Amino acid sequence: MEYIGHKPIYLQNVDYIREKVLCGEWPEEERIPSVRELGASFGVNPNTVVRSYQQLEAEEIIYNKRGLGYFVREGAVARIKEALRREFISQELPQFRAKAEMLGISKQELIELL
Amino acid sequence: MIAIKELSFAYSSALVLDNISTTFESGKIYGLLGANGVGKSTLFKLLCGLLTTKKGTIEIDGVSPKGRNPGFLSKIFYVPEDFEGPDMRISSYASGVSQFYPNYDAELFSRMLAGFEIDAERKFTTLSLGQRKRAVLSLALALKTEYLFLDEPTNGLDIPSKAEFRKLVAAAMDENRTIIISTHQVRDVENLLDHIMILDKRAVLLDSSVSDIQKEYSFDISINAPEDALYVEPGLGGCCSISRNTTGEESRINIELLFNYINSKK
Repeated sequence: MEYIGHKPIYLQNVDYIREKVLCGEWPEEERIPSVRELGASFGVNPNTVVRSYQQLEAEEIIYNKRGLGYFVREGAVARIKEALRREFISQELPQFRAKAEMLGISKQELIELL
Repeated sequence: MIAIKELSFAYSSALVLDNISTTFESGKIYGLLGANGVGKSTLFKLLCGLLTTKKGTIEIDGVSPKGRNPGFLSKIFYVPEDFEGPDMRISSYASGVSQFYPNYDAELFSRMLAGFEIDAERKFTTLSLGQRKRAVLSLALALKTEYLFLDEPTNGLDIPSKAEFRKLVAAAMDENRTIIISTHQVRDVENLLDHIMILDKRAVLLDSSVSDIQKEYSFDISINAPEDALYVEPGLGGCCSISRNTTGEESRINIELLFNYINSKK
């Protein structure tokens, strides 16, 4: 796994897992790799992966079945989409709007282009 | 746990370690950083009883390494930076050494060698530095000692072997083990570390967990460095900078930058 930018590693792992769930590769109610497995395949400290999983548990994306490991929670896809929607509206959209304004692209032009 | 108290060491009249106190806890991977000659290897040798000193104490699970008690020695393993290896096959060497280590996992050793593409029937004397390193690192991890000291482990490894090394260390780590890695190649092990210790001649400049460092400092890459930056290094992709973390939001640690910042302050 290649970590880039200044987002902390544990959050980059969170993004990775969200992506896996969102695209259906890791379906709801199915087991995901253990902390150890993910740490080993990424070459990352297992304690960092623990932090990523704690974050995802708090976001109700995954849950822990005692003795069986971590599973994707029912409704996880919808929750991830909702979270990404909020992020898009609060972060990406203002940047997009600022750039369009700077370049003098009107709303009408944008609608046509989209 | 390793507890070091007021430890000093001198080679004849040259003082290397001066009044060092620190602890190393189980379940963590420590990065030991510092310029050449600040005593990283000396510290490793003191930890495993290869060197002794009268000034200060070291206790590993309550036992001093000075005694070199076999029960104690079976809990630790040290891989020096330049491992030559004897004129023996890797497999014979491993079966000899592993006699002293009760947790040795022979099957894991074979798997690691295979991952590193090393043939166990080769003699050390026929191997390159990188191949010898891969062989001894596989053995070191497969011995499953509670304490593992790796001196410049990625030195001599090619790029794919460095990635393989990270995977093997991550896989080998558990709550009962303490791994201390000394290195100049911080990027090679950056994602493995829980805790960073920066040694300088006669002083500990930093001894802090990665998460505490990320809470205290912000690491950024931007076209213009923030005005209140503590330390800035210009680069092609923009300025790398360290500032105080005022937002509480964490950013990915840049250990090389941190190292240069800490050294510039001293």
